[in-house]
Amino acid sequence: MRAFTRGLIGIAGFLALWELLGRSPLLPADSLPPPSVVFGELVRQLISPDFISHVVATVLAVLIAIGIAIAIAVPSGLVLGSVPAVRHATRAVIEFLRPIPSVALIPLALVMLGFGPETKITLAVYAALWPILFNTIYALDELDPLLVETSRVFGTGRVGVLFRVALPSALPFVLTGIRLAATTALIVLVSVELMAGADIGLGYFIMEARSGPGRMDQVLVGTVVAGVIGVLLNNGLERVRRRWVAW
Amino acid sequence: MSNMLEVADLGHTYGDYEAIGGLTFTVRAGELVCVVGPSGCGKSTLLRTISGLIAPSRGDVSLKGSHLAVVFQDYQRSLFPWLTVQGNVEFPLRSLPRAERRARAAEALEWVGLSAAAKKRPWQLSGGMQQRVAIARALAFRPALLLMDEPFASVDAQTRFELEDLLLRVRREHDTTVLVVTHDIDESVYLGDRILVLSKSPAKLVADLEVPLPAERDQVTTRTDEAFVALRSRVARLLNVGGKPAVDVEKWAAAERESLSETVSS
Repeated sequence: MRAFTRGLIGIAGFLALWELLGRSPLLPADSLPPPSVVFGELVRQLISPDFISHVVATVLAVLIAIGIAIAIAVPSGLVLGSVPAVRHATRAVIEFLRPIPSVALIPLALVMLGFGPETKITLAVYAALWPILFNTIYALDELDPLLVETSRVFGTGRVGVLFRVALPSALPFVLTGIRLAATTALIVLVSVELMAGADIGLGYFIMEARSGPGRMDQVLVGTVVAGVIGVLLNNGLERVRRRWVAW
Repeated sequence: MSNMLEVADLGHTYGDYEAIGGLTFTVRAGELVCVVGPSGCGKSTLLRTISGLIAPSRGDVSLKGSHLAVVFQDYQRSLFPWLTVQGNVEFPLRSLPRAERRARAAEALEWVGLSAAAKKRPWQLSGGMQQRVAIARALAFRPALLLMDEPFASVDAQTRFELEDLLLRVRREHDTTVLVVTHDIDESVYLGDRILVLSKSPAKLVADLEVPLPAERDQVTTRTDEAFVALRSRVARLLNVGGKPAVDVEKWAAAERESLSETVSS
């Protein structure tokens, strides 16, 4: 409760600072609308079906991207983590691909995939793969040999060890990877929506508000909502981890 | 009595390092045999070759019966943290129908007095209770041979006594054949029907000793028994072959006997 109270004080302090800065003559007029204005606009937007559809589009794309990333990265991680030969063979390629910023792939993706939602989802999947993949591999490295020996003594075969021992034992690490991946996927999605001329999504909403009517209050509404989605994703997945894999 | 385990000229070498140098012994059905040796003498290698985790460089291990179970020293690392106590005990029984699996696990947990903890996770239990879960899991598997690797070396002295007595009780009640690997001389004498004394690496059999104590044992009276003290001293002397004993074992035994009887009378 004390931590919660302190958190509230922190937020209140941040809002006060923002309000002050927004109303100060240091910044050009209307470049940073104060929170009192932004939250007024937020309430208006939250009842606008148009805005809601932008939010839904982005959230849905995040969820799809995470789902696909999990479906690719977890099995790949299990193979790479348990078969050293495959891991050594793919190391150079992975080390090359991993540091490429997803945003740098936007032109390539646009040419290959066009302007539909598959472009932003593909790029988000690309970004979200790595934390899940590396956490899965790392988890298999950390797999306690005694657990494996115990199961082998009780007659468990290689495949049985993979599914009954390695996978459950890796689960906490994998979930941490998914949590990191979710935030990354959100960042990439909003970036692509902003830059690649999508026609729906939070990033598109932000871009439209700035370039059209120059409504900075709406820009900040989009930013705040994107931040809230990020916090909800992160906390939700952390709760899932604590509830289901609390060892 | 028939032999449950026959080990013939078992040897194992890691690269240039010879861990076991040709061991031959048997374990009879229903017997509890303790293997005792100096630390680093290849006891773990012996256990791993018998359990089939590694193939020995030479020699034969033949087990009468289809499977064995192992209880490791490190119970914290040997129990599956994502499974409940019940789930852990059921783990080896995957091939059985669900109902039978349940029943066997419940039965084994009752043997070790942990029925009430069936729904808990291993890490919610004390160290001694965790090791009891590992013992229940091994017993539920109904092994031809129960192998134990320093099973009580990681618990406090009080718990250790309790677990030793628990092992003696369950193996008597269920006629289990047990091979305990330990570095603890007292424990080997207290638990064993027979003691195999190993030399330092490469491990060879130094002595195969019958334990002249009644089947019913008691932590206080057995440990002060003349036969117990004499055998303990003998094993201690055997373990120091080729080297000067680190302590005067006879004197140490006498002193301990005295302090133990003092504790009892006070």
